[in-house]
Amino acid sequence: MELTLWTYEGPPHVGAMRIAASMEGVHYVLHAPQGDTYADLLFTMIERRGKRPPVTYTTFQARDLGGDTAELVKRHVREAVERFQPEALLVGESCTAELIQDQPGALAQGMDLPIPVVSLELPAYSKKENWGASETFYQVLRGLLRSQAPEQASHDPTAWQSQGRRPRVNLLGPSLLGFRCRDDVLEVQKLLTLHGIDVGVVAPLGAGVGDIRRLPQADLNVCLYPEVAESGCSWLERTFGMPFTRTVPIGVGATHDFLVELHGLLGMTPPAAEEGYRRSRLPWYSESVDSTYLTGKRVFIFGDGTHALAAARICSEELGFTVVGLGTYSREMARPVRAAARELGLEALISDDYLAVEAAMADASPELVLGTQMERHSAKRLGLPCAVISTPMHVQDVPARTSPQMGWEGANVIFDAWVHPLMMGLEEHLIGMFRHDFEFVDGHQSHLGQAGGTGMGSEQSEPAETRPGEADLIWTSDGEAELRKIPFFVRGKVRRNTEAYARDVGCREISSETLYDAKAHYKA
Amino acid sequence: MAGPTLLKESGPREVFCGLTSIVWLHRRMPDAFFLVVGSRTCAHLIQSAAGVMIFAEPRFGTAILNERDLAGLADAHEELDRVARELLQRRPEIKTLFLVGSCPSEVIKLDLARAAERLNEELQGRVRVVNYSGSGIETTFTQGEDGALAALVPLLPSSDQRQLLLVGTLADAVEDRLIHLFGRLGINAVRSLPPRQSTDLPGVGDGTTVLLTQPYLTETARLLKNRGAKILKAPFPLGAEGSRAWMAAAAEDFQVPPETVADVLTPLMERATKALAPHREVLAGKRIFLLPESQLELPLARFLQRECGMELVEVGTPYLNRDQMSEELDLLPVGTAVMEGQHVEQQLDRVRSSQPDLVVCGMGLANPLEAEGITTKWSIELVFSPIHGIDQAGDLAELFSRPLRRRRLIQPALHPTGAEHPIHS
Repeated sequence: MELTLWTYEGPPHVGAMRIAASMEGVHYVLHAPQGDTYADLLFTMIERRGKRPPVTYTTFQARDLGGDTAELVKRHVREAVERFQPEALLVGESCTAELIQDQPGALAQGMDLPIPVVSLELPAYSKKENWGASETFYQVLRGLLRSQAPEQASHDPTAWQSQGRRPRVNLLGPSLLGFRCRDDVLEVQKLLTLHGIDVGVVAPLGAGVGDIRRLPQADLNVCLYPEVAESGCSWLERTFGMPFTRTVPIGVGATHDFLVELHGLLGMTPPAAEEGYRRSRLPWYSESVDSTYLTGKRVFIFGDGTHALAAARICSEELGFTVVGLGTYSREMARPVRAAARELGLEALISDDYLAVEAAMADASPELVLGTQMERHSAKRLGLPCAVISTPMHVQDVPARTSPQMGWEGANVIFDAWVHPLMMGLEEHLIGMFRHDFEFVDGHQSHLGQAGGTGMGSEQSEPAETRPGEADLIWTSDGEAELRKIPFFVRGKVRRNTEAYARDVGCREISSETLYDAKAHYKA
Repeated sequence: MAGPTLLKESGPREVFCGLTSIVWLHRRMPDAFFLVVGSRTCAHLIQSAAGVMIFAEPRFGTAILNERDLAGLADAHEELDRVARELLQRRPEIKTLFLVGSCPSEVIKLDLARAAERLNEELQGRVRVVNYSGSGIETTFTQGEDGALAALVPLLPSSDQRQLLLVGTLADAVEDRLIHLFGRLGINAVRSLPPRQSTDLPGVGDGTTVLLTQPYLTETARLLKNRGAKILKAPFPLGAEGSRAWMAAAAEDFQVPPETVADVLTPLMERATKALAPHREVLAGKRIFLLPESQLELPLARFLQRECGMELVEVGTPYLNRDQMSEELDLLPVGTAVMEGQHVEQQLDRVRSSQPDLVVCGMGLANPLEAEGITTKWSIELVFSPIHGIDQAGDLAELFSRPLRRRRLIQPALHPTGAEHPIHS
């Protein structure tokens, strides 16, 4: 038993719903008690979908448990097929139905339905949402494509050259309730068009049963979100011999690497090295002098595996930040995240306890947090600027404008989204500096509310700074005065460093001199 | 027979389970913690229903069962004790711990009453532990509150004091206002269940008269009656008319002279009429369809029909207690279709074919209906908003008139009638 207050991922059947709702012509019969229908609102409210997810819940009640729940399943299957006329049916169960062991998938498969039935077994007491999405996508591929599988996989991803057509790839992984999937698909399509590569099928987002059956006609698969599509891509590779790309094109460097990998697999000449510089504004924006102040900004990163890895690379290699924390709640992605953290000299945080993440965040004393909605709340509490980079998300993370994360435009979006919270940090400081000017008397409101905006003002904005152990050190008034001249968003760090230095050298009184000594010590 | 036409249907439902009521119960009693014993689905449900992740460590959580717990029940009990202990250590300010049963805990027959007993012994009065079920296989949405309050009834001290007991969660401001008004009627001993502090439980006994503030508290009412309380029958305090009748029922029981009631409440009624007027203008003659969810549907329908002039297409309710609802049923027009239970697909077919002007429904259905051009009001807002009492009648009406006003405001610009017609001609 595990105490959970907020959870990063839903149960695995919500992952299955994401696949079903992403596709066309697919219906999902879910053996589940009443109440489990709450999951509809994730789609209709968070993503503002104007369509109900294609899910029929059996909504059994206590009084049904004494009777024939198997018959109840069959009735709902029959009604759903009749009413919605799907081309394929997914059948599965939620946590409670798993306990009563009706095996709805097997029941439906025994009903002689005129459409393919994919039975889903998603262990609700050990697995979570992303696993459920991945397993469902894999089962859909298997269920709809197994009959086409060749005895011996033979597939040549360069065959397009001899067939007198343009190369063709599938984009696999984008789904509803994924982070910016809708916009990533548009951007990657644009990127591929630029290189004369056609997109065959996008799945699961927007794919019908016929589209899934056409998957093997492409030259290779592009795995956009490993959390959802990697197991499906591996199966297509094993069964049909179709290779797939491993690089996720988020950030300028990764987009370049993705293009190199893709061109290599397709037997094409690699793209020009300066394409990213020409097509994206991130490189120049990052080089321009205005960005100098971004150097060494301490950033704490937490999210799903894909977006956390991408953020770590962009921060350290493209924006010149210092990554001071890196972690993920995706246990399936723990290995690559650990490796990336090691390269940055960090130990990865693999956890789905948001309080542990908040504690790690506070410990790392970052100047910027890149995380999920959970980290946004934690960061707010700690008075830190934050940008959301991953699910779980809120309605405001599904913007009306097109704002991809992938490709050249994605890099632009990322530059804006991650740098703006810091710009505001600087602005806060300037407001603080000028707050005694008469223009400011009408009470300039800080966007950080109570937590910020005091700039050089009172120490009340730093409740976190009153720590045990402080009692052994005394700040002289001249030391305090010097400290107050430091921008509020680094003041906490300077105070901590100075105190640590003072303890190290055995100094009990901290004056302005001690502060400068400490500064020299840490910069040395 | 005169009165509404009572119908029933069954099939797939689109309703919340009783766990959802934790979202408002935990705010009412800030010194209580609600520990759901369930699955990741339960945790995800409450977090999603809460809509926003509250900017703090919440006073509710889920002890998520895993495979090891399911393998042997003895283990699950020890594990639950451990989780409860850890939780109380971290949250020393908690005075009452509600162990809340869920679908999985009910199905594996995890005995939470025994767990509560055991923990009560161990904690020796430092924290009171009670249990109830909010499972979807037994409860719908607001029935969770009924379960939680029913679990508190045995803990109420016995008291023969003559008092009025308001039962059901009210917004604090509304409660204050109602107590003030009862005071002006001469009823000064007014207590509430749930109280604002979970330890400040009201007494109950022969002198207690109960007014239910919410229509879904069947079990709580039954248990209070067994403790000697008298349960008043009245329309529920939604809308000016219902609220007046509700207060008058208490006044009669406390032998307040009718003239006093008139003196105190008539000016309020006049003010409410004024407050309702602009909304009535929007709502009168409009047709409304209420899907089942909160069990507030009957009193709301009565208010919207009688005080706002709306026409009732269908009034759904997840569950109908005819006895407790008799006063409400009497006030509905002859022939009104009151549908108990749900077959969500067939009900949506009826929504589409009847083309109502406004549909009251859950959050899962609202946007899909809006996308079909049908204006909606989500029902969960009705359990979060202060809507009880004569003074709130205008605000209550506004919850329904706003979506209609909004559509009227933005429709012309967003849906031009034709390429040849400019929007501003």
